[in-house]
Amino acid sequence: MKTFKIGGIHPEENKLAKEEAIEVFPIPKQVTLFVTQHLGAPSTPIVQAGDKVKVGQLVATAQTLVCANLHSPVSGTVVKVEPVPDMTGYRKLAITIDVEDDIWEETIDTTSEIRKEITLTKPEIIERIKACGVVGLGGACFPTHVKYMIPPDKKVDYIIINGAECEPYITTDHRIMLENGEECLIGVQALLIASGAPEARIGIEANKPDAFEHLQRLASQYPNIKVFKLKTKYPQGAEKQLIKSLTGREVPNGKLPIEVGCIVNNITTTYAIYEAVQKNKPLIETYTTISGKRAKTLKNYKIRLGTSISEVLSTVGIPENTGKIVSGGPMMGKAIANINSYFVKGMSSLLFIDESESKRGVVEECIRCGKCVTACPMGLEPYLLYALATRADYEECEKHGIMNCIECGSCQYGCPAFRPLLDMIRVGKNKTGYMIRTRNK
Amino acid sequence: MNERLLQVSGSPHIHSGESVKKIMWSVIIALIPAFLVSIFYFGIPVIILTFVAVASCVVIEYLIQKYLLKGEITIWDGSAIITGLLLAFNLPANLPLWMVVIGAAFAIGIGKMAFGGLGKNLFNPALAARVFLLISFPVQMTTYPIAKPIFHLGADIITGPTPLGILKEGVKNGQPVDSIMHSTQMPDYINMLFGQMGGSFGEVSAIAIAIGAIFLLIRKVITWHIPVSFLLSVFLFAGIFHWVDPTMYANPFFHLLTGGVMLGACFMATDMVTSPISPWGMIVFGLGCGIITMVIRLFGAYPEGVSFAILIMNSLVPLINKGFKPKVFGVAKQK
Repeated sequence: MKTFKIGGIHPEENKLAKEEAIEVFPIPKQVTLFVTQHLGAPSTPIVQAGDKVKVGQLVATAQTLVCANLHSPVSGTVVKVEPVPDMTGYRKLAITIDVEDDIWEETIDTTSEIRKEITLTKPEIIERIKACGVVGLGGACFPTHVKYMIPPDKKVDYIIINGAECEPYITTDHRIMLENGEECLIGVQALLIASGAPEARIGIEANKPDAFEHLQRLASQYPNIKVFKLKTKYPQGAEKQLIKSLTGREVPNGKLPIEVGCIVNNITTTYAIYEAVQKNKPLIETYTTISGKRAKTLKNYKIRLGTSISEVLSTVGIPENTGKIVSGGPMMGKAIANINSYFVKGMSSLLFIDESESKRGVVEECIRCGKCVTACPMGLEPYLLYALATRADYEECEKHGIMNCIECGSCQYGCPAFRPLLDMIRVGKNKTGYMIRTRNK
Repeated sequence: MNERLLQVSGSPHIHSGESVKKIMWSVIIALIPAFLVSIFYFGIPVIILTFVAVASCVVIEYLIQKYLLKGEITIWDGSAIITGLLLAFNLPANLPLWMVVIGAAFAIGIGKMAFGGLGKNLFNPALAARVFLLISFPVQMTTYPIAKPIFHLGADIITGPTPLGILKEGVKNGQPVDSIMHSTQMPDYINMLFGQMGGSFGEVSAIAIAIGAIFLLIRKVITWHIPVSFLLSVFLFAGIFHWVDPTMYANPFFHLLTGGVMLGACFMATDMVTSPISPWGMIVFGLGCGIITMVIRLFGAYPEGVSFAILIMNSLVPLINKGFKPKVFGVAKQK
């Protein structure tokens, strides 16, 4: 069993919804699509109020390099293109569409037949991924095609597929592997063609033995795809840790995985890639786990983008004593400030955190136990970075490697003095990054 | 949907549940076996002395926080109780109680609060107080009662030297180690293991201390690095000298079982606040403690050197923390 060496923690897994098959959430009456559903610049709307759209029709285009196309997840009439408060409460430009029927673009293959043979060439695959607005569905929502714009002096040795799903509670990757494993592997084949890499390695945490066995069996027909079991340890699915676990290679600090000949994609992303490449279907849905210790119903939903969060919440019911609703995993996800917002790409869960668990403990003095240091998967000293960031000593922050922090939260998770280590390190990282950028100008 | 306000904060949204209080109380629980053995061998005075030490530490911390600092009262976090326990464990069972109170005042007042309270002290407060008492009251601090099981009648406590004292005195008088070891005063190894010998009352029973240490290891309050490197360096240092000249230097097992090595390695040197943070730093710290202990034992004026060794290494912790940093991911392989 493979794993990474430095740090890591093992929080309660709580994969409560792992037995729940993926269910399609009903198409809502209206959807609201933010033009920022990805990491990078906002996409530019190309529709206006009154326009008729079909499912899968392009409604906002990527104008810059790091940006992603956006397609309508429904058919109907555009009612407005105006700023709307997002999940955090900030107003962001969004396209609102009234739903009428469910009419798809003719170019999309809507049959359920699995298309195995890849007919597209290398540049066509990358172009298709870009055109279909595919982004990383592991949480960061980084536009996928950008990863495959490989610099001419670099060679790709491995495509690394993240099936670790190391965050507690979330089970969508697990379900996708079980229900759509075959399609995922075809997606991986497309990525192998797109990158010219000779081999793909899929890593799955040991707490999903069924998914591991299933994919291993499916992968036996592809000599260039290998499936590995990984130790259940957080953050096993973090990009650099996953590369270390699966290849033994260590991405140099401040560099991208391509530096060590790797490109990393999430397993659910490979399914989206399959749909884009083989079915010409743009990314118009998100897979979302509904979970929590006291959740009334546990679900793995397939939800059309732009569906209202409160509509889903009223369908599943908010449990008593919910203190916090988190989108994404409990370790790295975001607490939702505005439930009257809308689903976006890569929104992998809605978690109900109990009142008692949602409040942080009373902060005490650091007793130098060193738990944060042993937990840090990047080999940093969180207690020290916290102190330096509090002192606004960003030169020292930089020297002690604050920019290497991947914000996994392992330090704060285990701190017996309940110190808000990551909060302060984030501030420090931000300011240090600004300092470095201005210096380099 | 009914009205309800949701919490919003940065990630992570879950916590391990570990707390400073839980850590401190684990240490207190881990000290219970050694405490019970001490009562067994030294009787009621152990209970009285421990009570006085703990109560004085807690009360003094309370007084300082309430009237001097006029700040938050944190006596129930358990750290003052631990300081009191560890101070008591490092004292002879027949020490006059007023000296115990002075020791407690030094431990909390100078050792801890003067540096800014829990988490900020440079030296282990209990050890600082022990050394303070040793220097201030050398006679009382080195007159140890002889250990006798509690149901031995004729309860008059007779005092006598510790095994290390016997050894030091014998070697000074030119006796070969072998004959010192077989003198009537010297306890045999079984007694040393269980704790029937002279010494500060909490340090005598290697077995009871080991049980407590294993509990702390399982609870992940301490890691193996400091105890193992400390004990190993004592063993190797003593072993090499014993191998070279067995007439002058005692068996390494003798050095492991006598004096404060076990208590020091498992409970005093592992104090989180005053020990290094990275694993390699901890190993260096443990090695330093062991080597200084043995240098004092073999060549120094005092028969015992654990307290001094740990305090000296305490003072080097900031330096060790600077010198032995964890390996940053993705950095070391770049040349």
